[in-house]
Amino acid sequence: MQEAIVRFDHVSMQFPGVLANDDVSLEIQKGEIFALVGENGAGKSTLMNLLYGIHTPTSGEMYVKGQRIEKYEPSAAIASGIGMVHQHFMLVPSFTVAQNIVMSREPRKAGIFYDLRQAEREVEKLTDEYGLHVDPKAVVGEISVGLQQRVEILKTLYRGADILILDEPTAVLTPQETEELFQVIRRIVAERNMTVIIITHKLYEVMAIADRVGVMRQGRLIGVEKKTNVNERILASMMVGREVLFDQLERKGERGSVLIDVKEAYVADNRGLMAVNGMSFQVHGGEILGIAAIEGNGQSELIEAITGMRPLEKGEIHVQGQSIGGMTPGQVRSLGLAHIPEDRIATGISVQSTITENLIIGKHRQSQFSKKGIHLRQSTIARYGKELFDKFDLRGAGTDTKAGSLSGGNMQKVVVAREFSFDTPILVISQPTRGVDIGAIEFIHHQIMEKRNQGCGILLVSADLDEVLRLSDRVITIYEGRITKEFQAGAIDKMEISYYMTGNREKEGRGDA
Amino acid sequence: MDNFFDVFNMGLLQNTLRSATPVILAAMGGLMTEHAGIMNIGMEGMILMGAFVAVAFSFTLSSAAMGVLMAVLIGILVGLFFALLVVKLKSDEFIIGMALNTFAAGLTVYLLRSIFGVKGTFSDKGIVSLPTVHLEFLDKIPFLGPLLNDNSIFVYITWILVFAAWVFLYRTPYGFWMRAAGEHPESLKTAGISPIKMKFLASVLCGIFCGFAGAHLSLGYLTMFSEGMSNDRGFIAFACVIFGMANPPKVFLAALLFGFLQALGLRLQSVGVPADLTSIIPYVATILMLVYIVVSGERKRKNRVKREIEG
Repeated sequence: MQEAIVRFDHVSMQFPGVLANDDVSLEIQKGEIFALVGENGAGKSTLMNLLYGIHTPTSGEMYVKGQRIEKYEPSAAIASGIGMVHQHFMLVPSFTVAQNIVMSREPRKAGIFYDLRQAEREVEKLTDEYGLHVDPKAVVGEISVGLQQRVEILKTLYRGADILILDEPTAVLTPQETEELFQVIRRIVAERNMTVIIITHKLYEVMAIADRVGVMRQGRLIGVEKKTNVNERILASMMVGREVLFDQLERKGERGSVLIDVKEAYVADNRGLMAVNGMSFQVHGGEILGIAAIEGNGQSELIEAITGMRPLEKGEIHVQGQSIGGMTPGQVRSLGLAHIPEDRIATGISVQSTITENLIIGKHRQSQFSKKGIHLRQSTIARYGKELFDKFDLRGAGTDTKAGSLSGGNMQKVVVAREFSFDTPILVISQPTRGVDIGAIEFIHHQIMEKRNQGCGILLVSADLDEVLRLSDRVITIYEGRITKEFQAGAIDKMEISYYMTGNREKEGRGDA
Repeated sequence: MDNFFDVFNMGLLQNTLRSATPVILAAMGGLMTEHAGIMNIGMEGMILMGAFVAVAFSFTLSSAAMGVLMAVLIGILVGLFFALLVVKLKSDEFIIGMALNTFAAGLTVYLLRSIFGVKGTFSDKGIVSLPTVHLEFLDKIPFLGPLLNDNSIFVYITWILVFAAWVFLYRTPYGFWMRAAGEHPESLKTAGISPIKMKFLASVLCGIFCGFAGAHLSLGYLTMFSEGMSNDRGFIAFACVIFGMANPPKVFLAALLFGFLQALGLRLQSVGVPADLTSIIPYVATILMLVYIVVSGERKRKNRVKREIEG
């Protein structure tokens, strides 16, 4: 066997309070596609960030092409041929594609001046060479996420990388874009003998693309297997440490009356551009209406308008028959609506407050919790907090812990616990399981379905198409602020839905590209 | 009414250039930190220190050039210190900027009294002022010639520096790195360049520009140092940076506008308008401009929304 191109030798990484990587030893061979899987917080990204020199390991050694890494700096990693495409793109939005790709290695004139033309020519040559086409003059902030990712890959290739690390590359892509990405990966591995390490938690992707797979759990490398020796089920239990059963969710009850009625709604985004372009739909009691859309197609603005967080430019929204025009979020909520917002840190919780405080926000004026809305009844609040805390299984912390110190999954559970405990007939739910581990996803899905079966009307938005399909009774696809199609549960083909998510109003024949 | 039209003459435009120059210089520094993602309200203090140091060394060494050099040197030191606190130690930039201004005001008063033994103003024949420049070819051009000729040397240097600032930001890799450090520091870091270093560079450049501004103020515009002589130019420069969207030529024009308003104030005094009223003109204008930016932005937004719905 040839010498490994990347070798981790008993690597550990200790962050304050968290052992992110625990004695990891791993060898990756030249020319292979290696998948690294694990739940959120399992330490996959940390391990790759070490390789890319973003952090210095607490102990252990790492070798690239036989050379021990001496200095943990991105510039050293780049010099040794490592390129990394981060989960959050490392692109300057106001710069052009070419300017982003050549950054730090700009072609120069007279030693100090930036040769902008030459940069464009070099990038054009690069895109031709690899068949990864993108306009060098386009401004990065104005191109699609799929193209931005392509720019990221080109950036690493421009710097001469032959080891490519991709961190959750498909999280923001549609199924077709994912397929295109995989073809690119296969091609550069086959034609250029590159080595690709792909971090993911989507197991079907592992099966689709990887040669070998490493599973991480709580900072440890649990096992390394050839893809041909495993299946999704085995990988899932390795990741979680127990058998995972995605059981069928039971649906009961009748469809009720209209609870949310959106008529010809227009909503602008922060820049004043129209994000929602005349949408109309209804949500009934006892049903889950799912919205399937790629991020940035107006779903966030729509949800904010329905919950009173953003003004409606034109059209009408009725909640329980009442027009919500000009209402504050608090007034909309008092009509019987609870809201799990998409960004839990910005709008879901108060990171500075304790778990208990976060659990009673919105109920703190109720007489059981405060006398005349002024003096808080601490012992009742503490008891109530403990009750919800236990019911929602918020492991790993006390009720007095600051919410900001919780893991993403537990933070989300706090938000879900609070919003569900309002017992409202309407739930508006955005990204309920983003960044949440498999076990917690199951729990949250069951809670949502239980609410539906009790007769609640639920509007669900999620970037995870599988989640939308699993939970929804009906699905509408949104593209550029317009509804492109409505689907009934049961009769949905994933490929078909993604056509409508990318704006195709008519189904087109699929090419080989 | 005859008097009123006397206000608008050649002197007004000459004064515009003269009073705009320190603001332009400071604003060129301010737009560097603005691009690097640092909110810098400490320019006021940086100018004041530069002005004091320039006078002090021009007097003791009998050399205007040494005065300017030392003002720039102190600008570099203050810029490094500011970046150390704000960038490296991550203190609140607003508080540090405020502290810098207060510190500079106190320090210059203290040094003025302890070194030169005067209160309020230090003015002495021994202070060597910066030379004025006479360009022969300008004599032949009517109107513009006399306007542009015979100004203090920094008026001309400033025009060159505005162009240099633009070239630096938009035509050198360092300018791109500095803007990336402000807009998306992680992308710069993963490209292997330290955003912290670029922010330090921006802060030092700001110090240098403010050193120039101070030196021009005390050795070019006037030939003396008086307490608080920066007279809010640092803040006006900051307003110009915002108004000109940190783009050197636009910021230059914004600063010229303020210079014009200030000169107008002075001229109005000469025709009998009370100084209390005329001296508020630049500040009222600052507020009006910032209000205008917000209101016009909001109106544009509304119009666009309307067009989109109808269109």
